[in-house]
Amino acid sequence: MSRIIVMGGGVSGHTAATFAKKWLGKEHEVVVVTPNSQWNWIPSNIWVGVGQMTKKDVVFPLEPVYKKAGIDYRQALAVSIHPNGSADNDAPYIIIESTKEDTKGQTEVLTYDYLINATGPKLNFDATPGLGNGQGQLGEHTVSVCTAEHAVHANDELKKVFEKAKAGERQKLLVGTGHGMCTCQGAAFEYIFNIEHEARKAGIRDMLDIKWISNESFLGDFGMGGLHMKVGGYTVSSKLFAESLYAERNVPWIIGAHVNKIESGKIHYELLDGSMGEEEFDFSMLIPPFAGVGLKAYDKDGSDMTDTLFAPNGFMKVDAKYDAGAYENWKASDWPRTYQNPSFGNIFACGIAFAPPHLISKPMSSPNGTPINPTPPRTGMPAGIIGKAVAHSVCDMVKNGENAHLHEASMAEMGAACVASAGKGIFDGSAAAMTVYPVVPDFEKYPGTGRDTDYTFGEIGLAGHWIKHILHHMFIYKAKLKPGWTLIPE
Amino acid sequence: MKEEEVNFQNEQFNLTMIPGKFARAMRTCKIWQFIRFIVINIKMLIVVSKSH
Repeated sequence: MSRIIVMGGGVSGHTAATFAKKWLGKEHEVVVVTPNSQWNWIPSNIWVGVGQMTKKDVVFPLEPVYKKAGIDYRQALAVSIHPNGSADNDAPYIIIESTKEDTKGQTEVLTYDYLINATGPKLNFDATPGLGNGQGQLGEHTVSVCTAEHAVHANDELKKVFEKAKAGERQKLLVGTGHGMCTCQGAAFEYIFNIEHEARKAGIRDMLDIKWISNESFLGDFGMGGLHMKVGGYTVSSKLFAESLYAERNVPWIIGAHVNKIESGKIHYELLDGSMGEEEFDFSMLIPPFAGVGLKAYDKDGSDMTDTLFAPNGFMKVDAKYDAGAYENWKASDWPRTYQNPSFGNIFACGIAFAPPHLISKPMSSPNGTPINPTPPRTGMPAGIIGKAVAHSVCDMVKNGENAHLHEASMAEMGAACVASAGKGIFDGSAAAMTVYPVVPDFEKYPGTGRDTDYTFGEIGLAGHWIKHILHHMFIYKAKLKPGWTLIPE
Repeated sequence: MKEEEVNFQNEQFNLTMIPGKFARAMRTCKIWQFIRFIVINIKMLIVVSKSH
């Protein structure tokens, strides 16, 4: 019997664990280690953040789902990896620390045959003074929609601002990214337009000054260097598409901004041209930068070998080309295909946990040397597809030996669908539905745009809004492993 | 006043495009959006199938 440990129970880890168990059956053991007791469909946190959904609409308890699937579930935090075992035993193992109420802080050793790292990101609030509380958590000045709890808090604060606006007090709202190296602009993009939509519905839009701030060098970069998409018969840059959305909704923007300090009601930022600025706000939702979760790795003798397994940003090294050099040398083939760790063949990383070879967007910095550019997105559809491919590889290795064929899922050969929807009603709402293929541009194959414009398109309207509703119910259904769950694509 | 006359007053918005009445109407036209719903779903399914 082999034991596969999956660290993390988000989109990628949950996909990897559930498929691994389905394919391996009772003969082998699948263990999921995640500090969370609940699974969260993160894209719908946006609706929680504007009061159109409750927390219970976007989460469900993991324990009964894993029990039904026959997966050994440990509500715990993975602390360290020991890929060569200990001085007494060659079996590789990890150390976990319980996060359950009754056993909180207790540590346990779990040996493994195969390890899948799907820990997701650490929400690095403390990277920006004032964005965090100094202890790694969200600070007091801004809100976030990164977790369901954060989204509930965001809605509470938003309600206060709406009440003040209704009472005739003009309010300033600032939404975007809280650091020069953030990713996930799409979440903030969706949130700002949901606020705008709710403000119109509430009849207070003219009492709100809503402004966007982000680290993108142009609107519509989305951490993917922008994209050229088919819109209304034209092939246009996402810059024009995004600017049109903001202009139509009267939302001005500050771009190329590294937010470097946040105080009560005020942010300080540096722009790509080196100038410094300040912006006051009554309500602000700023996405934090992501980092690796801080896992450590140790050799048999106890010496630290974290650098062998992890890149300096804390994400796990996989089969990517990390020495591609300058932007001019970047290629689609730099991106990983199998997500196997180059030093240990029985360790894989998927979802946000793998270290990308470099940015997708063009690297930029201010004259002061401050890097200001979005980092690559690895959430949603790519995270699920990579998780499934990794599970497939591990299952084949379990069944056919360590030289089994590894399955591939390069982000340079994979598309993604993104639906940014404002409003919640079936006929009361609108969405920007976009697909991009591939996520990482391949300029050797598509020399002009880097992408296949037959499958890279954007459209605004109710249709995308309906798709967003369907995705919400479909992915929660799938994650609960209800009948036919494997038929629903990632 | 037409939407574009309002929105293009802001200098930052002046170099982009603003949808007119027809484009806005089509975004909420249920029959047209149902057709687009089918088309977008098919396109998304092709992207999904190419990605696996």
